[in-house]
Amino acid sequence: MLYKTIDKQDFKDLIDIHLRDVECIGPQQVATNAKGKPVYQFLPLNAFDDMTLHYDTTEYSAKTYFLPYREVMSTFHFTDHDWTQEINYQKHPRVIIGLHPCDINGLLKLDKVFAKEFHPNPYYLSRRGNTLIIGIDCQKPCEGGFCASVGSDTVTHGFDLFLTDIGDRYFVKVGTDRAFNAINKVNVRDISEEDRKLYLAKRNQFEASFTKAVHIENLPNLLDIEFESDVWKKWGDKCLSCGSCAMVCPTCYCYGVTENMSMDFTKSEKTKQLYSCNLYDFAQVAGGHNFRPGRDTRLKYRYYHQHRGFVDTFGQPMCVGCNRCGRVCLAGINPTDVIHDIQMEHGR
Amino acid sequence: MKKIMHPYDITHETDMVEPLDYNRRSRLKDVDRSFKAEITNIIRLTDMEKLFQIRMVNDDDWKRFSFLPGQFVMLELPGYGEIPISFSSSPSIKSTIELCIRRAGKVTEALHKAKRGAIVGLRGPFGTYFPMEQMKGNNILLIAGGLGLAPLRAPISFVIENRADFQNVYILYGAKNPSQLLFDYQYDQWNRIDDITLEVIVEEPDKNWIGPVGMITKLLDDITVPADETYAIVCGPPIMFKFVCNRLNAMGIPMQRMFVSLERRMHCGIGKCCRCNIGSSYTCIDGPVFDFWTVMNLKEAI
Repeated sequence: MLYKTIDKQDFKDLIDIHLRDVECIGPQQVATNAKGKPVYQFLPLNAFDDMTLHYDTTEYSAKTYFLPYREVMSTFHFTDHDWTQEINYQKHPRVIIGLHPCDINGLLKLDKVFAKEFHPNPYYLSRRGNTLIIGIDCQKPCEGGFCASVGSDTVTHGFDLFLTDIGDRYFVKVGTDRAFNAINKVNVRDISEEDRKLYLAKRNQFEASFTKAVHIENLPNLLDIEFESDVWKKWGDKCLSCGSCAMVCPTCYCYGVTENMSMDFTKSEKTKQLYSCNLYDFAQVAGGHNFRPGRDTRLKYRYYHQHRGFVDTFGQPMCVGCNRCGRVCLAGINPTDVIHDIQMEHGR
Repeated sequence: MKKIMHPYDITHETDMVEPLDYNRRSRLKDVDRSFKAEITNIIRLTDMEKLFQIRMVNDDDWKRFSFLPGQFVMLELPGYGEIPISFSSSPSIKSTIELCIRRAGKVTEALHKAKRGAIVGLRGPFGTYFPMEQMKGNNILLIAGGLGLAPLRAPISFVIENRADFQNVYILYGAKNPSQLLFDYQYDQWNRIDDITLEVIVEEPDKNWIGPVGMITKLLDDITVPADETYAIVCGPPIMFKFVCNRLNAMGIPMQRMFVSLERRMHCGIGKCCRCNIGSSYTCIDGPVFDFWTVMNLKEAI
């Protein structure tokens, strides 16, 4: 890995150069919540100062820029008794600034599903290839965040540039050659011994300030043994089956496909829409049979997929510990509580 | 002014330029592209099921297309939707593929109204298959309940075409009542083949029914096979193959030599949409064909 430092003003210049040419996305304050805390979202920028780089967390993850909530996969055009299928991939370049390690680790997990050897997905890869990612380290752990417990508080790849605030300048990890070429358009310096020390001190301070910890090592085994546990019923009874958790999750990628005919019957759009395994009809088949009719079975399945199924396939859990699902849940279901409950059941 | 970032066009990737072939699973391709195909024939099987013979419009696509018994295809009806359907015909028939489809939902309802000559889309083939090569040299039990005969007809055809490679062959088929029996015009043909035993049983006979009456497991009462030289393929509703497979296991047939085909909701066929997940497996990539041992170990499978 190449390390550099860049003054904050020079970083602003770098973004300004990009703002003139391509769409730039960054964390912006959009509201204030009931507790008086600012609410941030990743949104397109008009100017550098639109964004707040020292934000704590965004309500939604940045996955929507790679897996949009709604995406037209193809369009069928009808003529007499025939049709043609038109497929377009997103191909306009984009810069996303300010992704935290959880979001970048989320993308790396999505890469395993969508970018690797089994039916690699051109919709996703096209967006990935067109996006320059500039990540940034968190100032301090966010509310309820347990990323360190699942190894998602650091990143070593999956970004183009990764910044850590060390006072008046950023300590920069350069991940790709295109990023290397980009930063050379402004003033960058090689790191000094002092930069290195400042960076490590910052990391140490960050790692020491976590208040939440979850042990996930035993979950693949435990989730299997506790499949019939009453704990699922307890949490399932609270669950409203609204799907908010999947919507804000950086790694939830389940989807449904629908086809919508135009009003004049000349074309039909085949649209992919992100879904949630907590929604009632997720596993319902033609004829009406539902393989997971109960709220508890659906809630359980989400945990089973994240901490057992994904581990079986890819050797690591799907969860990045951002606690977005915990914060957004209308019924107050928090992933750390559910996991602790399952582990308590085990300890009984 | 020089552009600071150039658009990346994935359609220029060498993999993408190659002709579409879903059997090249590791290659980048238009994963949503359907092969255009024509319904060349429609055969009414019962009030609920029709057999559709389909052939791709483009000859080059058609020549590249190949599948194995047990696999499935995503059948696209533009404007209505896309559904997973198992192949119902032998892979060796090069003129058409055959899909046996029950009228059960929005898309199949529309399909049942379609006429010969209608242009549909095919995406596939996908999924695992019955290991027919591995079964060669053994006795084989082909057991279906209800609509299960649709996917089972592919291995039945394979066995008939390669009759010399197998020892005794038993085809056992059960349905609720005689009016629901599929492919009844073929029973005589199958039965006349040397050493192929065909038995059909119904639960609720009508007044013309002269065959056996009861559950499908009853047909196994009269069958004795050497357990270590026998394979079984069981297709049907979960409750049926659970009983049948447990019975076969009691007869001494190892669970890893029994193969079943599972059904789930699917929206992609390529392991992305997660709709078909069972426990930690995907029906579309780890299945639809599973051995019974694997099924026993899957959460929520049966």
